[in-house]
Formats: sequence, structure tokens, C-alpha cells
Amino acid sequence: MNGPSAAAAPSDAGPAAQAIAPKSKRRTAWRTLLGNRTLLLMCLPAIAFFLVFSYLPMPGLYLAFVQYNYTDGIFKSPFVGWDNFRFLVITGDLWRLTFNTIAYNVMFILLGNALQIAVAILLNELRSKWFKKVSQSLMFLPYFISFVLIGLIAYNILSYDYGLLNGFLKMIGADPVKTYSNPHLWPFIIVVTYLWQSTGYGSIVYFAAVMGLDSEIVEAAEIDGANALQRISYIVLPWLKPTFIILLLFSLGGVLRGNFGLFYNLVGANNSALYATTDIIETYVFRSLMTNFNFSMGSAVSLYQSVFGFCVVLFANWLVKRMSPDNSLF
Amino acid sequence: MSAPRTAIRVDGATLLVRTIGYGFIGAFALVCLLPFLLVVGTSFTSESSIARHGFNLWPRVFSTFAYKIVFENPDLIIGSYWVTIGITVVGTAIGLFIVAMTGYALQRPDFHYRNQISFFIYFTTLFTGGLVPYFLLINQYLALKDNYLAVLLPGLLSPFLIIMMKSFVRSIPHAITESAKIDGAGDFTIFLRLILPMTTPALATIGLFIAIGYWNEWYNAMLFLSPDMKYRTLQLFLYGVVTSADFVKNSAAASNVDLRDLPLESMKMATAVVATGPVILLYPFVQRFFIKGITVGAVKG
Repeated sequence: MNGPSAAAAPSDAGPAAQAIAPKSKRRTAWRTLLGNRTLLLMCLPAIAFFLVFSYLPMPGLYLAFVQYNYTDGIFKSPFVGWDNFRFLVITGDLWRLTFNTIAYNVMFILLGNALQIAVAILLNELRSKWFKKVSQSLMFLPYFISFVLIGLIAYNILSYDYGLLNGFLKMIGADPVKTYSNPHLWPFIIVVTYLWQSTGYGSIVYFAAVMGLDSEIVEAAEIDGANALQRISYIVLPWLKPTFIILLLFSLGGVLRGNFGLFYNLVGANNSALYATTDIIETYVFRSLMTNFNFSMGSAVSLYQSVFGFCVVLFANWLVKRMSPDNSLF
Repeated sequence: MSAPRTAIRVDGATLLVRTIGYGFIGAFALVCLLPFLLVVGTSFTSESSIARHGFNLWPRVFSTFAYKIVFENPDLIIGSYWVTIGITVVGTAIGLFIVAMTGYALQRPDFHYRNQISFFIYFTTLFTGGLVPYFLLINQYLALKDNYLAVLLPGLLSPFLIIMMKSFVRSIPHAITESAKIDGAGDFTIFLRLILPMTTPALATIGLFIAIGYWNEWYNAMLFLSPDMKYRTLQLFLYGVVTSADFVKNSAAASNVDLRDLPLESMKMATAVVATGPVILLYPFVQRFFIKGITVGAVKG
């Protein structure tokens, strides 16, 4: 609109015009505001929403530097500096939470993408239309349900007394396993559940990318006698590489964010026998809020997560910018 | 189409890939389906059979006792249903309208503040205040404890949905907006009369994402709706039944079954079926909208 051109005008004018620049600049800004008022008003509900639910809690992170007590509130509780962080480091909690959160996310990202690509490519090779359709619908189904139901399904399979797994183990004469008190099994269970839930959903992006492949190239290769394996390894996989890299870098930005719903409904936040392998940042913060009422410690972990996570995003974005500038976030 | 395909001889490697494809995809699809059948199967199994043989896909001893108890005292489940339906309908309507409005405004190339506002929204995905300040804000400062608004409000929008809407709107030529402006239409009128009707597929997709979010909502409900409230959301009700035997006993207290005879295990499954069944039945009809949304949303906004 007239905003940019009007703003550019004063620089062309002589020194005499510069003297009155502040005033006219203010008037230009005001006119821009007025000219955009309807669109601005249309954005107002969203701005108010994010202001209240996302920005207003941010100053609350000051909790990380105090010894919170209810009567003094957030900003009048005694200031303790870095003590909360020191405590988290000394107890080893911070290291465990960081390691678990990142390790799980790395497994999710790598195995998830590999499986999604495999599903997308294989789906594309199938000739039966109804088989494709039905299987895609079924694979997509787990994404549709709540984590509460996923937790129930896991219980159905893993329960010591009644679970399907132990029923099977008893049938073949093996000893039943006490899943809910054995920390070593959980990385496997959680990763498998994650893959079960998200593969169908995630493969859609890759499937769409495969569909976007120029069919003439594929047909030309077929006529030249390329078999399916050759087509996949020389045409389809290289074609998917940029999509894979972009998705990988995007997910890298979230590597410090845990999937609370998944962990909470599978394990619960208070099963201390499993903390060593299942406690992630989100479950720790939740526990410090709802069980231990240690608001300051929870906020210290949240602040650490946000700052560390922010640096990771900046790094990921720098990587994206180098590899494919069109896809960078900012 | 099929003629040239058959003309090409299917060689060994292609046949192998196809066989692996059918085998792997078929098996994976089955693995995705079976847990649901397991829940349904168990819900129809008599409690004594569960105690002896554990959970099973196919009920060894068929029984509808669990459902009888669930429906004998349906007050709680029906109340929870109404709460969830109410929150879902109201939240989706309001949320969808705001998302569409914001998405359109931010996609207008002549909107002077679009980059600043886009960044303002996007930044919330990069840096957050964390759970504790969020909890204190809603619980104490906004005083929304035990108020359905605490579940309704936070689910209205997300940056992801606004970006998705922007991608959808981008496919509409800006010339349409411009010519309407020349005809003297205001920005809001253009959005309401021209853009909204043109983006119905997008609205269906985004509305579904919002609706599913509300339907599966248990997190905010768990944080802000205390057990003192009689009716909480459906998923939270299910959570109570799944995790706490006391909760089941309390909710079945009005029925005239001896509490020791309550079929606790099959009741969990029956409640899950009653709470989730209707949505799963809707699923085949709405699925394609989802696929569309994911494909569009993946292309960065």
C-alpha cells in the first residue's frame, strides 16, 4: 500500500525536510496504522490469544531464580540466584532428563523417518487400489485416538496379570515379565508405541512427495528396463532426499521437547521404578508441579529447556539456510 | 493406462519389491488395527475368563455384563459426553473463525504488519514459559480453575493451524481481493463473503484438526478441572476409569451390584469403547480431509 513509498519519500528531500522528519514520520506511521486497521483488527483475537497464553507465562520463568512460597507469590519469594540449577546439576537430574529427552527424540526422528519413507515407497509400488486405500486408512487410525486410549491399549498388552504379552509367554512356557517395574524394557516399548501411532500420519508427507515425482521419468526408466529396486534406489530415494533433510532439520529444532501425552499415559508421572529410562523433561516438570509442589525447580528445568531448545533451533535453521535457503524459517 | 503396464515384463526384482510391499504394508496395517479389536474383544469377555486366561482378541466366555454396568448408571458418561460435545462444538466454531480470519489477513501481501505479526505468533513455538507459569496463570491469575473455559480457551488456536490456513489462502489469487476492493468492499466483507466460501475444503480440514484436539482433550482438563467437578471431559473420565479402581467403584456405587463383583478389567475396555466408538465410526468419512491438511501443512508457510 502507500506505507513503504511514503516512508521512502523523506530521504529524497533536502536537509530542510529532514528537520521536520520526526513529525511526518509519526504521521506516516499513523496513516499506515489507519490504512491497515481492518486487517489489524482481524488479527487482534489471535494476538490477544498468544499474548495471554504464550507470552504472559514467560515472565513467570523468574520462578527459576527464587525459592517459591505461596504467600509471597512469584515475584516476592526470596531470590536464590542459580541455586535451583546448581541443585539440578548436583543431583544429576538435569543430565538424566536431558539425555532421556534427546535420546528418545533422536530415536523417534531417525526410526520414524526411515519407517515413513519405507511405507511411502512400498505403498507406491502396490498395484491394487483398494488394498492401498484400506491399508492407508488403517495405518492412519492410531493418530486419530487420544493418548488415554493408547495408554489403555498398552496396558492391555503389557499388564502383568492379564496382558496379551504374558499370556503368550505363558503359552510357550516362558516366564512372564513384570513390565511396569522393569526400566530396561521401556525405551523399546515407548519407541514402538510412537512408531505405531505416527508412522501412518508421517508417511503421508513422503507419499505426497513420491506422487509428485514426474511419471515420465519413471516410465522412461521402466522402458529402459530398470526394475523396481533400481527405480527406488536411483530415482525415488534421491527424489525424497530434500524432503527428508528438511523434515529432519525441522524436527531437530524440537529435540528438547518431550511428548508428554505419550510418556504420561504409558508410564505415568509417578512410577519411580522407571525414572531412570522414562523420565523426560516434561514429566519431571509436571511432577514438580502436581506432586512435589516444587514450582521453582520445575521452572528452572523449563527455562533450561526453552533456552537450550532455542539455541538448537537457531543452529538447525543455520543448517537449513546453508543447505536450502528457500526452506529456512527466518 | 493398464495396457502399457502389462506390456512391460515383470522381472524378479520388481516382483520381490511388490511381494515385500504387500506383506509389509499388510502386516503393518493389521498391527494398527489389532489393538482396537483387542479392546473391543476384552470388553465383551467375562471377568472370570479374564482372570483365568488374561486379555484376548476373541472372547473365550462372551459377556455383556461390563456394558450392562456402564449403562446401568450412565449419568457420568452421558454428562462427560455432553461436556466434551459442548466444548468441541463451541471451541471449533470460534477457533476456526479466528484461524481463518488471521490466516487470511497474514497472507495479504498489502498488509503492512504481516511479517511482524507472523513472527509474533511463530515465536511462541520457539520459546515457552513452561508448564508452571502457565498453570499459575490459568489457575490463579485468570481464576479459571474448575471452569470449562480453561479447557476451551487454550485449544482455540495454534501457530501450526494458522500456518496451514496461510498455505491454503495462498492458492487464491490476490486479484480477487483487489478487484473486490476496487468495487468498494471492506477487508472484513471480502473475507466473509468472498474468501470464506472459497476456502471450504481448507475450513473442513482445519476444523477437523481443532475438533479432534478438543475431542481427545485430557491434558488441560486434568490440570484445571479438579475431581470435585462432577462432569469433566470424556477422555478424562476414561482416564479415571483406566487408572483408578476407586474411581470405577465410586462411579458404579449407585448401581446395585456388589462392589466386589464389579468387572473392573472389562469395564475399562467397555468404557473405552463407549467413549471412542462414535468417533472411530466417523473416521472413514473425514479421513481424506486430514490427508489434505497434512500435505498442505508440510509445505512450509
